[in-house]
Amino acid sequence: MKAALQAAWRRAVQTARLCCGVPDYDGYVQHLRTHHPERRVPSYAEFFRERQAARYRGGGGRCC
Amino acid sequence: MSSVTAPPSPAAKILWAAIAVVGAWCLGVVALRRGEPINAIWVVAASIAVFMIGYRFYGRLIEHGVLRMDPTRAPPAVLRNDGLDYVPTDKWVVFGHHFAAIAGAGPLVGPVLAAQMGYLPGTLWILFGVVFAGAVQDFMILGLSLRRDGRSLGHMLREELGPVPGVVAMFGVLVLMMIVLAVLALVVVKALTHSPWGTFTVACTIPIALLMGLYLRYLRPGRILEVSIIGLVLLLLSIAYGARVAASPTLGPLFDFDAKVLAWLLIAYGFCASVLPVWLLLAPRDYLSTFLKIGTIALLALAIFLVAPPLQMPAVTRFIDGSGPVFQGNLFPFLFITIACGAVSGWHSIIASGTTPKLLANEGQARLIGYGGMLMEAFVAIMALIAACSLHPGVYFAMNSPGALIGNTVESAATAISQWGFVVTPGELQQTAQNIGEHSILSRAGGAPTLAVGMAQLLHSVIPGEGMMAFWYHYAILFEALFILTTVDAGTRVGRFMIQEIAGLIHKPLQATESWTGNLLATAICVGLWGYFLYQGAVDPLGGINTLWPLFGIANQMLAAIALMLATVVTVKLKRTRYLWVPGIPAAWLVICTLAAGWAKLSGPISFTAAARKYADAMQAGQWLAPAKSAAEMQRIVTNNYVDAALTALFMLLIVVMLAFALRAIAAAWRSDRPTAREEPYVALNGATQGQHA
Repeated sequence: MKAALQAAWRRAVQTARLCCGVPDYDGYVQHLRTHHPERRVPSYAEFFRERQAARYRGGGGRCC
Repeated sequence: MSSVTAPPSPAAKILWAAIAVVGAWCLGVVALRRGEPINAIWVVAASIAVFMIGYRFYGRLIEHGVLRMDPTRAPPAVLRNDGLDYVPTDKWVVFGHHFAAIAGAGPLVGPVLAAQMGYLPGTLWILFGVVFAGAVQDFMILGLSLRRDGRSLGHMLREELGPVPGVVAMFGVLVLMMIVLAVLALVVVKALTHSPWGTFTVACTIPIALLMGLYLRYLRPGRILEVSIIGLVLLLLSIAYGARVAASPTLGPLFDFDAKVLAWLLIAYGFCASVLPVWLLLAPRDYLSTFLKIGTIALLALAIFLVAPPLQMPAVTRFIDGSGPVFQGNLFPFLFITIACGAVSGWHSIIASGTTPKLLANEGQARLIGYGGMLMEAFVAIMALIAACSLHPGVYFAMNSPGALIGNTVESAATAISQWGFVVTPGELQQTAQNIGEHSILSRAGGAPTLAVGMAQLLHSVIPGEGMMAFWYHYAILFEALFILTTVDAGTRVGRFMIQEIAGLIHKPLQATESWTGNLLATAICVGLWGYFLYQGAVDPLGGINTLWPLFGIANQMLAAIALMLATVVTVKLKRTRYLWVPGIPAAWLVICTLAAGWAKLSGPISFTAAARKYADAMQAGQWLAPAKSAAEMQRIVTNNYVDAALTALFMLLIVVMLAFALRAIAAAWRSDRPTAREEPYVALNGATQGQHA
């Protein structure tokens, strides 16, 4: 029960962050470790700033 | 792919038959009962049944027949997984993201305006429009993009139709965006005119956003949830304090502006907000508006279910003949361009070929996201329609008719509206204004205030309390203003990048987005473009929305028609010609609607040219027509109307050109003896080497 609630909460946070253009940080870290072990893993704050800037770099736009 | 569609079990057959019967019954009640008000629940139940059947049967036909989505095929998120833009993501997370990206102010405004024709025309167009056009567009563009590495609409148009139509369509998108920004900003202007309470709370969002931005940057980086809760609390406090500001003889007048001043303030704000670093103002406001939007939509749904209001608006009003005060024009074609978002929205094709296809973990989930996401948006539109139709029709018309028709006092408004057959007393209009804490409710067209009154009345029935109605009204206004302003900021930035790209073709250094010269110049051009139309709306004799909304509708449906034409072309190129009608019929319908509406706005009694001529003739005769008070203002109205006419002609030309290119591509594909669509090659999901491109 507790595990299920935790999973649901994690998913809700992931959705909320993705709605603001911030993808899953843990997923990114895992991706880096598996595929690019030579690259430095950014902290969440660095990751967040990079994604925040990327969201408004143009393209897409917002819906009416 | 027929192996995927297993025959349904007998229990499932019975269930779907039951849903069909219940849906048909509810729809019958909605469509046929006359003379007595029906309850909104009938509309809600009919909508849910139609959406379920559309999703299960028509959505599935598109999935397996037209797009042939293949769960064994690796989508771009898997093939190009980079952990950032391309990430295979849980389908419900993608659904939430996609819905948040497509849901905006559009589905809340269009249905409210269309309520002048009664609840039935709007309901039917939303229900059938979404099933056969809107959701088809979103789903098909998503499906096409999934097979093309998540490419954008413009890119796909260039590949499948040729370089020229690609450029033509992108130019159309830029012009459409300017109109969208202008008309949405005008909605805010209309809501805040002479409303110190509303203006104060909306102004408060600026320091609140700055505070949130600094907090997120320096104190607790990346803690979005935390900062959003702080922001929300501050917003609610500002609403509560706004009542005191409005009542104060010293503070009140500081926030009391007319439409022209508000338009200038918004233009200045738009310029600053898109030049400042995004983390300071734009991003925090975006987070707040995203969560508030989802929360408020949920709140509205809850209120409608709990209150189950009767619909006071008749099923069909006499204004289907084109004589309506809210917008001019007959049911055909104007209903179909007034309700754009909610039934079919061209903008979605940009989202469906933007971030969403890069997140989908499996092609088998595309129907849920593309088709299902649009059904949700249609449901938002239905709720907006219910909120507007549950109001007293007299109040509805008082709020949405221009001053030129109902005058500036409650007495003149009540007389005029009662003469139209919607009996209302000056006292009722005054009482409504008083309940929501405003001096006047007259001529506040644009959807937001009407929806806010509707929502306030619904929420007030759920949570009663002295003065709470005024709180809910200003909450609803704030929520709409907040996300419209976010759209304006973000749209100005996107427009600026587009303009810089075009300017870069002429003078290369202007393209550098870090250059302050290029940045300021392009932002000024972008703000100038939408600002021109916004200011035009603020001084418009018919109140602005009446004039600009059809222009927006024509442009938005034009983009939808282009997206559906692309889907039609690709269907033929894939040699699936027996499904040509699936995207082909809605594409043709939108071409007909946009051209018919465009023509009515170019020539005839309700056209921009007729309005221009009326003012030009009066000027010749030495008269000044309201609201113009000088020859210069008369001249400006004439010029504005000619600009609108030219823009309408441009949209019509664009659509005819795109139609010609689409027909040419279809003819060429038809003659070819094998499929000619440019899909990426098949890679099996199991064998896909993840992250090889990253």
